[in-house]
Amino acid sequence: MKIYIPRDAAAKALGAERIVKAVEAEIKERGIDAQIIRNGSRGMIWLEPLVEVETAEGRVGYGPVTVADVKAIFEGDSDKALGDVEQIPFFAAQTRLTFARVGKIDPLSLSDYEAHGGLVGLRRAIAMSAEAMVDEVKTSGLRGRGGAGFPTGIKWDTVRMAQGEKKYIVCNADEGDSGTFADRMVMEGDPFTLIEGMIIAGLATHATKGFVYIRSEYPDAIEQMEAACAIARDAGVLGHVLNSGHQFDIEIRVGAGAYVCGEETSLLNSLEGKRGTVRAKPPLPALQGFMGRPTVVNNVISLATVPVIFEKGAQHYADFGLGRSKGTMPIQIAGNVKFGGLFETAFGMPLGDLVNKIGGGTASGRPVKAVQVGGPLGAYMPVSKFDTPFGYEDFDQKGGLIGHAGIVVFDDTADMLGMARFAMEFCAVESCGKCTPCRIGAVRGVETIDRIAAGDNAAVEILTDLCETMKDGSLCALGGFTPFPVMSALQNFPEEFSTAKEAAE
Amino acid sequence: MTQAQPTPEAIVETIARHLHLEGPLLPILHDLQHEFGFIPETAVPLIAAELNIGRAEVHGVVSFYHDFRDAPAGKHVVKICRAEACQSVGANALSDHALAKLGGDWHMTTPNGNITIEPVYCLGLCACGPAVLVDDQLEGRVDAARMDEILAECGA
Ligand SMILES: Cc1cc2nc3c(=O)[nH]c(=O)nc-3n(C[C@H](O)[C@H](O)[C@H](O)COP(=O)(O)O)c2cc1C
Ligand code: SF4
Ligand code: FES
Ligand code: FES
Repeated sequence: MKIYIPRDAAAKALGAERIVKAVEAEIKERGIDAQIIRNGSRGMIWLEPLVEVETAEGRVGYGPVTVADVKAIFEGDSDKALGDVEQIPFFAAQTRLTFARVGKIDPLSLSDYEAHGGLVGLRRAIAMSAEAMVDEVKTSGLRGRGGAGFPTGIKWDTVRMAQGEKKYIVCNADEGDSGTFADRMVMEGDPFTLIEGMIIAGLATHATKGFVYIRSEYPDAIEQMEAACAIARDAGVLGHVLNSGHQFDIEIRVGAGAYVCGEETSLLNSLEGKRGTVRAKPPLPALQGFMGRPTVVNNVISLATVPVIFEKGAQHYADFGLGRSKGTMPIQIAGNVKFGGLFETAFGMPLGDLVNKIGGGTASGRPVKAVQVGGPLGAYMPVSKFDTPFGYEDFDQKGGLIGHAGIVVFDDTADMLGMARFAMEFCAVESCGKCTPCRIGAVRGVETIDRIAAGDNAAVEILTDLCETMKDGSLCALGGFTPFPVMSALQNFPEEFSTAKEAAE
Repeated sequence: MTQAQPTPEAIVETIARHLHLEGPLLPILHDLQHEFGFIPETAVPLIAAELNIGRAEVHGVVSFYHDFRDAPAGKHVVKICRAEACQSVGANALSDHALAKLGGDWHMTTPNGNITIEPVYCLGLCACGPAVLVDDQLEGRVDAARMDEILAECGA
């Protein structure tokens, strides 16, 4: 008998370790032959810790499980029974390509991985030329999932054709955006997918060394990736790449609490052991990246999606989606939401459906006021924009961005002036300090919003001008995009920026 | 985390473990902090010498990153997520509550040296906030009552 208890950080934060102890005690007391598997999360965070028991009829889920529920689960009369978790509407409505194995398999079992389609893509890639591999990625339409949405195949082609003694694949696992956790869930729930994707990237560009730069706030992901790399190395997946005549290995590196190090050039400086300041482009990292050598920098989800593209074929992937947003996106539904978690679906679903139909509206039961999409640099989208289809161009047209696809839901108690102030404060705290509009502007922004809060309406115009200056004069998107949350809050909720005036009237 | 004043030998030994890496400085700093609980001032010239870079450069790197401390923290470090998703479910009130309870502001250490309290910007628990990290233990859906328990367990 197998009992699945996630070791995903969210499941642990909600008590999974206590459940493991209780289940172990129960197994011992009953003297039964049962094995606990620490799987990834199925992504239905409101049901965590979600325990699954393998039975003759398939896996039966229970959740959210407390220690008090454990006995009844063994008795078979628990009121937390969920049946087949894949039939739960939130799960059944998904198209899981990147996340196909997450929650299902033992993340550290290479044989489990292979039994569920793992390494099929790599074996196919090994038989291809580097150019054909890059073409495959181009055909899939895959665009960078870290935020900017740059076509992955084109980036790889630049590195493939670059001259260099040594080339690198750098995986950006800095995932600092509030409302996002897809990278974390893949690394914890299916780390071999990321490893396989990085190896294919290496073969396609003639790179032999990979780094995964993981934020220090993710200790579980760091541990899981270290363990998975060791297993892959022992099995000859890393190193000699299945005796293909190629070489590729991966090293795990840990960030140090700087949000800006998610920006690719800042990340490269950090990897090199420097301050995480942003580099001017050109030169492109593709040509002069880590140690000045040709380097692919890709987000975790971009790389973790490569294996399924090679397994199922580029066209299969490209057939999902909408316009130039091809394939699927692991969307993270977070904040004040009833059914929060990871929802992978083809591009194109309207924002309102994600929030209300899939997410079930707010957790507080109050009306939704706005959602912030794309992390701290993303716009606040009011309910009036809920018909926007989830896609890169579609959001762009509505003055927003999808970024790393986190949706943070706020109810009607949200203080939008406070959120605008926070955006400026965050920019000030995390600025790398290179450009004045970002470093000084953000501090000025906080002061200006405080003046507005104190009733100085003339400050609204100053704030608007300041945002223009930050947009135009910043080297990277930290300073350049902080105006998105600030201005969207101001424009969509102007009454909240004139409270003091109203009070005086 | 031991908090005795580290000897130069111990520091050099820690540095040496990472010299084979490409770009070893961050791994060195993480390891020093892991060993000693902070980055000792005396480590800066030793690192500079081993890596053949300037002291100012080492110092610049140490000061850039929020993670690195120049003095030991309290016995327990409590980090409360201040980012947007946690704010949407009451993180601001939770932070205010905790700070009022400890009678200070972010980055303070309680007079008894038991707790250092710090802000953190997202722990990847955005669908089960407010999120808190107590030493290396994550907790989701923390409310004021649970915060009181946490602070009491840490010896506030
Ligand atoms: C301030 C800032 C923070 C960023 N943080 C991340 C991050 O945490 N993860 C990420 O993959 N990309 C992040 N990016 C985007 C990267 O610069 C880069 O576009 C990305 O890693 C490229 O990979 P992709 O093409 O696969 O998306 C950030 C950008 C900026 C300006
Ligand atoms: S915009 Fe801000 S974070 Fe970006 S390079 Fe300029 S100072 Fe650094
Ligand atoms: S990254 Fe923290 S001050 Fe720049
Ligand atoms: S915003 Fe608090 S954990 Fe992500």
